[in-house]
Amino acid sequence: MAKQENIVNGVVQTEEELKQYNYLNLGPTHPATHGIFQNILKLDGEIIVDAQPTIGYIHRAFEKLAEHRPYYQVTPITDRLNYCSSPINNIGWHMTVEKLIKAEMPKRVDYMRVIIMELARIADHIICNSVIAVDTGALTGFLYVFQWREKIYEIYELICGTRLTTNIGRIGGFERDFSDDVWRRIEEFVNEFPKALKEFESMVMRNRIFMDRTIKVGPITAEKALNYGFTGPNLRAAGVDYDVRVMNPYCSYQDFDFIIPIGSNGDTYDRFCVREEEMWQSLHIIKQAMQKMPAGDYKADVPEFYLPPKEDVYNSMEGLIWHFKIVMGEVHVPKGQVYHSVEGGNGELGFYLVSDGGRQPYRLHFRRPCFIYYQAYPEMIKGAMLSDAIITMSSMNVIAGELDA
Amino acid sequence: MEQQINNHLIESLLREQFADAVIQVEESYGMLDITVQRDKIIEILQWLRDHSVLQFNFLTSMNGMHFPEVKNKELSMVYHLHSFFTNARIRLHVFFPISDPHVPTATGLWNTANWMEREAFDFFGIRFTGHPDLRRILNVEDMLYHPLLKQYPLEDGTRTDKEDKYFGR
Amino acid sequence: MALTKVNEIPEMYTGEGYALTKLEKVVGLARANSIWPLPFATSCCGIEFMATMAATYDLGRFGAERLSFSPRQADLLMVMGTIAKKMGPVLKQVYTQMAEPRWVIAVGACASSGGIFDTYSVLQGIDKVIPVDVYVPGCPPPPEAILDGILKIQEKIKTEGFKRRDSTEYKQLLASYGIE
Repeated sequence: MAKQENIVNGVVQTEEELKQYNYLNLGPTHPATHGIFQNILKLDGEIIVDAQPTIGYIHRAFEKLAEHRPYYQVTPITDRLNYCSSPINNIGWHMTVEKLIKAEMPKRVDYMRVIIMELARIADHIICNSVIAVDTGALTGFLYVFQWREKIYEIYELICGTRLTTNIGRIGGFERDFSDDVWRRIEEFVNEFPKALKEFESMVMRNRIFMDRTIKVGPITAEKALNYGFTGPNLRAAGVDYDVRVMNPYCSYQDFDFIIPIGSNGDTYDRFCVREEEMWQSLHIIKQAMQKMPAGDYKADVPEFYLPPKEDVYNSMEGLIWHFKIVMGEVHVPKGQVYHSVEGGNGELGFYLVSDGGRQPYRLHFRRPCFIYYQAYPEMIKGAMLSDAIITMSSMNVIAGELDA
Repeated sequence: MEQQINNHLIESLLREQFADAVIQVEESYGMLDITVQRDKIIEILQWLRDHSVLQFNFLTSMNGMHFPEVKNKELSMVYHLHSFFTNARIRLHVFFPISDPHVPTATGLWNTANWMEREAFDFFGIRFTGHPDLRRILNVEDMLYHPLLKQYPLEDGTRTDKEDKYFGR
Repeated sequence: MALTKVNEIPEMYTGEGYALTKLEKVVGLARANSIWPLPFATSCCGIEFMATMAATYDLGRFGAERLSFSPRQADLLMVMGTIAKKMGPVLKQVYTQMAEPRWVIAVGACASSGGIFDTYSVLQGIDKVIPVDVYVPGCPPPPEAILDGILKIQEKIKTEGFKRRDSTEYKQLLASYGIE
């Protein structure tokens, strides 16, 4: 016979039905979520039973916007996808268009791009990793390594004039060669950053509190990660050595020697360590690129798409004509569809470009790694403690701009 | 060269298995573009995923498309598949009329299809039959139209400071 | 220029052991140099705000070190980044939860006017839903510009006076946004 308290309105309740759950609305604006995501958490005490994510709070209509912008004006939109590493997005887009128009880049452009992209990867991982540390209670590390991000900003600033949303380079190369000051600063960075990174690592990586907070928190198996479309550091932390730079080398990545770090259980700690190691590998790649830097031009010979420098526009007939043609959309763009992907800060950043021969893309779809892997978030935090939900999110490096397009 | 052989192999294997479902096969920029019948798409995706040689185990992306001037083929879905084993990529297309925007869902094959299909629904109004939770994902719930369809304007209608004469309209 | 103005000691009658001035001025000075900002960071500008908070630029120098993530305790709402139409009501709710006196900075082009995102999903400037005190231009503004915005708001706080929040103009302004 059922006990008296098990009967509600004359119906015998199971144990599950009698349980009292709490609902916690985490977000859209919450100090602990980096960016704006809403999760309605169903809690049993402090254990998460279920999560309902809502996204789209900064949907900015990139794909529609790209249909209304000439090719060279799409670059600023790509800046704002994953704004922690915008040069990778910019260069990925340039390479997509170059693939469409079948333009060959000189080796020097490739190497320069590799240097910029690896700097951007370091900048991206600095934010992600220091923020994981902040979420476990170590603000010092963040303040410390952020100074090095400023140094990367300074390098960007010397190359293209802006700090964060870089709009770096052009379709067909760079707008100018790197100055001596840029080379000096990159070298300085490559030589001095290891010291800081080492110090950050020694503070956090074998720290007992940090390890207790992150090991076996928010784990995902390789099988599930693949099923959910994970790419980038998050997939590698789960133990799959997939890296676009190696599988489909672009931008002469095949010339460089580097390893792909992988984790084993795909938990927060593994994701942290994979990102740390990737920063070391990026430094390694930059060093190689600087050593092997070939002589040559900083731009390809594609006058139909490469906006000429202003001196040429004002002083030569050719330059003026090409400038006019590009800006007014008089150049011939081949019809076709092309998919190109680069290894972004968060994974495979893909551009699916459909051209109907017009001056704007007919359709441009971004494969945004954040958007794809964030849907696994409820499953990853199910059964975890409430405080683990925050660390899991920051270790996935979900960037709102990329998530919501 | 290896890519070339692979593409031929994929095409021949696919044609062998689904002779009447494959409508058109093209190659652009080294990647196969395969147009298939709508009602066979899930069967084909599953076959490609589970095939012992091809092993297209990874759904890279899905997106909708809108071609307003092509009669009865106004909408399309594009699937990018990638095999981590052979490093081959292919692209599948299905076309269907806007009056009947229904496509079977791929959520049974890959979990990742869930949000990508919700996005395609949000942007283009493509209904995925069998989808567990087909709601708008990026836009507000009470939006009345599907914004990426070509007939709708990009710009926000509420802006008052933009005068047409400054934009040459 | 702005910097000296903010930290300037107000006019006083001083003698041995006392100083006389208007209460308004002392309160203004205290308020201006102990702002508790609420960072409402949605996108790219939020990353630049992180840079502003970090060691190199250090917002703490201007008395705004203590970030208040609860709107109930905050004086200054810093809206950084694009506000989509989906986010508009949330922003308004956060604003109404803040106690008077409250100030708002719109950081960046998106928050100020919608910026490059003149699209169907983006709110064309947060001043469509809440009143704004200071606009900081830039996409994203560099930390120096954000600091300049903070200094501007400090100047405004310092010279605001007691009566503004009770004035009919202010009430009309709020009423025009539908905020009671």
